[in-house]
Amino acid sequence: MKFLVNPNRFNSLTDLILKPLMLLSISLMVIGLIFAFFLSPDDYQQGSTVRIMYIHVPSAWLALMTYFIMSLYSIAALAFRIPFGFIVNTAVAPIGAIFTLICIITGSLWGKPMWGTWWVWDARLTSVAILFIIYLIIILINFSFENRLVREKIVAIFVLVGSVNLPIIKFSVDWWNTLHQTASISKLSSPNIDTAMLTPLIIMTLAFIFIGILIAILRIKTEIYIRKQST
Amino acid sequence: MSLRFQRLVLILITLTMILAAILLILNNVRENISYFYTPSEINNSNFAIDKRMRIGGFVEKNSFNKISSSSFRFRITDEKKSIAVTFNGILPDLFREGQGAVIEGFFVNNITFNATSVFAKHDENYMPASIKKDLKNTGYWNKKYK
Repeated sequence: MKFLVNPNRFNSLTDLILKPLMLLSISLMVIGLIFAFFLSPDDYQQGSTVRIMYIHVPSAWLALMTYFIMSLYSIAALAFRIPFGFIVNTAVAPIGAIFTLICIITGSLWGKPMWGTWWVWDARLTSVAILFIIYLIIILINFSFENRLVREKIVAIFVLVGSVNLPIIKFSVDWWNTLHQTASISKLSSPNIDTAMLTPLIIMTLAFIFIGILIAILRIKTEIYIRKQST
Repeated sequence: MSLRFQRLVLILITLTMILAAILLILNNVRENISYFYTPSEINNSNFAIDKRMRIGGFVEKNSFNKISSSSFRFRITDEKKSIAVTFNGILPDLFREGQGAVIEGFFVNNITFNATSVFAKHDENYMPASIKKDLKNTGYWNKKYK
């Protein structure tokens, strides 16, 4: 597992898996979209609008997952002095921001016909908006500061402080009355979502995960290269 | 204790304290964060005539009356208490009896609520339309699904 913390190991391993990963993510995305648009049924209440979920839910999960990974790497970088953690933080923050943005946009598109409004300030929507702002701040800090060593430490600390938002997002629908529905899928009970709709959701989630990893690998490689050039 | 481990413990303690502080704040402003009250949560402390508020619940069965093409009367219930609502405007597609809804507006008197906007609330159940037909035909249709 050295490739997760060592830039050289990371580079040599990802050189091997980059092309297969590309193939895998593209084919999963194609299969997922075919399922989402043609092979999955209409919902009993939402009709065809339910298909927005196959983009919305995976991007929401990926937005949270990206932030969680950044938090782990920030701890590794600050506590265990693993500089690769700083590289990952810098590289994947924009990916998380884009997933959050996709989640917010598709959510609004769904909200207008279903709820009757593009946006409300309930706990779930607000906490996700805050996540998006946190991502933007991280990106901005990454563009400021002349001194790289100071900058990446500030980023890592900010990432850790912002990670407090993750449990709030996850449990906001349970703790407060929100317009947003509660989770359909949880570990403790069987999903409140039919198998015919769960299948495209799972395929799309896998596709999003692999595309996320793919872009992350490319960005981390670039970041490693930039740092090697500048030293 | 190694230096690395000390730093790790320090970070984790800091994070726990930040989280605890924020959860304490959020817990104390719970009423303000909640997007709506349910009908039975309305009591003397938050009830006031003409005060803007949101109420969430289900549209009570057999309570929906269409007065004109854009004027409606219905009741919002949480199965403990229900509130009479009047509304002028366009209802969202998902709005129907038995369906969850959140209304925004104000009490005009002690019992009637005048809604200025109505949002449909979607629950966490997803089911193909064809299965609903099957379930209804075989009599297994769960009333909870509406």
